[in-house]
Amino acid sequence: MIKIKLFLLGLTALLVVTTGATLAKFQAPQLSQQPTEIELTISGDPGTPPRFAVPDFVAQSPEDEELGKMLARVLWNDLAFEREFYMVPRDTYSTIPSARSVEQIPFNDWNQLGADGVIFGLLKRTEDTLRVEVRLFNVRSRRSVFSKEYGGSNANVRLYAHTIADEIHQQQRALRGVARTKITFSSDRDLEKVSGTIENRNVKEVYISDYDGANQRRITVNRQLNITPAWSPDVRSIAYTSYSKGFPDIAIARIYEGLLDNPTGSVGNNFLPAWSPDGSQIAFTSSRDGNSEIYTVNIDGSNLRRLTRHPAVDVSPTWSPTGTQIAFTSNRVGTPQIYIMSSDGLGAPRRITTNESYADRPTWSPAPFNEIAFAARTGLGYDIKIYDLATGVTRQITFSQGSNESPSYSPNGRHLAFMSTRRGPSHIFTIGRDGQGLRRVTRQGNNHTPNWSQ
Amino acid sequence: MDGKEKSMIQANNLWFLAVILFLATLVAACATKESLVTETAVEPAQALSSAEVDKPEPLKSPSESLPSSSVPLEEELIDGQSIDDLNREALLKAAFFKYDSAELDTVAQDVVSENSRVLLNNPTWLVTIEGHCDERGTAEYNLALGEKRASVAKEYLLELGINSSRIRVVSYGKEFPFDPGQGESAWAENRRAHFVVTSK
Repeated sequence: MIKIKLFLLGLTALLVVTTGATLAKFQAPQLSQQPTEIELTISGDPGTPPRFAVPDFVAQSPEDEELGKMLARVLWNDLAFEREFYMVPRDTYSTIPSARSVEQIPFNDWNQLGADGVIFGLLKRTEDTLRVEVRLFNVRSRRSVFSKEYGGSNANVRLYAHTIADEIHQQQRALRGVARTKITFSSDRDLEKVSGTIENRNVKEVYISDYDGANQRRITVNRQLNITPAWSPDVRSIAYTSYSKGFPDIAIARIYEGLLDNPTGSVGNNFLPAWSPDGSQIAFTSSRDGNSEIYTVNIDGSNLRRLTRHPAVDVSPTWSPTGTQIAFTSNRVGTPQIYIMSSDGLGAPRRITTNESYADRPTWSPAPFNEIAFAARTGLGYDIKIYDLATGVTRQITFSQGSNESPSYSPNGRHLAFMSTRRGPSHIFTIGRDGQGLRRVTRQGNNHTPNWSQ
Repeated sequence: MDGKEKSMIQANNLWFLAVILFLATLVAACATKESLVTETAVEPAQALSSAEVDKPEPLKSPSESLPSSSVPLEEELIDGQSIDDLNREALLKAAFFKYDSAELDTVAQDVVSENSRVLLNNPTWLVTIEGHCDERGTAEYNLALGEKRASVAKEYLLELGINSSRIRVVSYGKEFPFDPGQGESAWAENRRAHFVVTSK
């Protein structure tokens, strides 16, 4: 374990050296001696997380000052999200003189504020490009432990902050951050009515959003019901339940090509698509044989397989991270409960929820966690619970503030997106798998069935 | 003539224009006789003047589950308003269910058999049975529960002699509540198999 960690640190050290060397006008970090964990990783006081400060990025041109503030704000939020660092609140920096260059960083002031690490960022914008240089300094040693330069389009400035946050989490904590991930969900915010013979039905369209709620965009435009969207593992497609033909069917929107696929071929009613981890198959619920059963099909429509054969309702499939198992909901004992079966449908499904009156929407965690989250009835509404597959223990992470449903894991397994009515209308929230760190993603309309991208 | 009436008439004229335009393209596409234009253009406009004018929905309405050949499309155009009227007046009644149940009780069975008589008397009608659920279930499970409710109602219609090819089922789970309120009376209202005429 330690060996692996050292090896990883060695790799990141190389990365820092090469990128540091490209920053000609900055002093390259002194890494001539063998790197050690102490040199590259900023630690806090014993037993506490390191305390990081993110002052405004320095804009080369005064008119870009707001961009500098925004980059710092987004980066601060991204670094706070994983709760690996204590982020020193940005409104406490006012007494600290701002530095225009590395040489001016007031390390003594940062030290007095209690910061263990401080970010120094510099940005230069042209008409359509942006260049950002960023460093993370160890306040005590006054040495740069992370130093990188980013350049490209200035169309999405927040993406620069997200990239920096992910790389700092990787370098400081060997952690895969989620700052560049996206969430898809369905929303009725457009207040449009379904066209059809029955009046007054609100359309729901598929939306996407950054993980932090920024950049919300509508994906479907057919003014029908478009629900239960799911990201493909390559984050280039969204499968969802579309009612555009008047009945539910699986659609796959290839969002960068503007193409629409239909792997289920409009046979019977099909809903609730779930991508296999390798992106080659979709598991879904269909009534094509007269009753709701779980099926899998290749995304080109070939190799259709029926996995369940039971007169009860079988619904809501989710794949295990290796793709060998599928968890789903069945009411074969009279109430909806969560079961696990082999993804080839062989063998008898095993029931995992035994103390719930109603359980639905299982979602299997990514590795290294080995757990299944689901919505369980608790009183009038639902709460998110998590079943640990190794110990068989179930824990609860929401506690009856509104109804809490439709959990979906972040790709690093440390967070879940879910729907909650705690603020009245249905909104998408994210929360840590320990039930801490609640954040709100949507603020308009009613929003349902979130799904978190890789 | 007050302003409201005036704007209604303007809306009427606009609507009429839209109908003409749409039909013109349709006719051009189908290359059919002129008689069709006058015949079909007049009817929706007449029907409209007697009904509320605020929504030009029927024209945009997709032909539901029907194949998109020109025949049912024309038919819907001619009779589009009447299908809406049929559904608005609920000539076919909804069958209601107990909580988390997809069983037709005797009351619901009576409703479905009454509907079967209407369908036997109108042998050209096609119908979609929508399965709906109350908000107390989860969105995902309710899609399957609604499917089951609609299927159970369809099965009973088949037993009563209605041809399977006339019936389509669709589940809307809890997506389209009839009563958006909370409480048992709203929930009971929303647990239903809802019968919709899609063609006549």
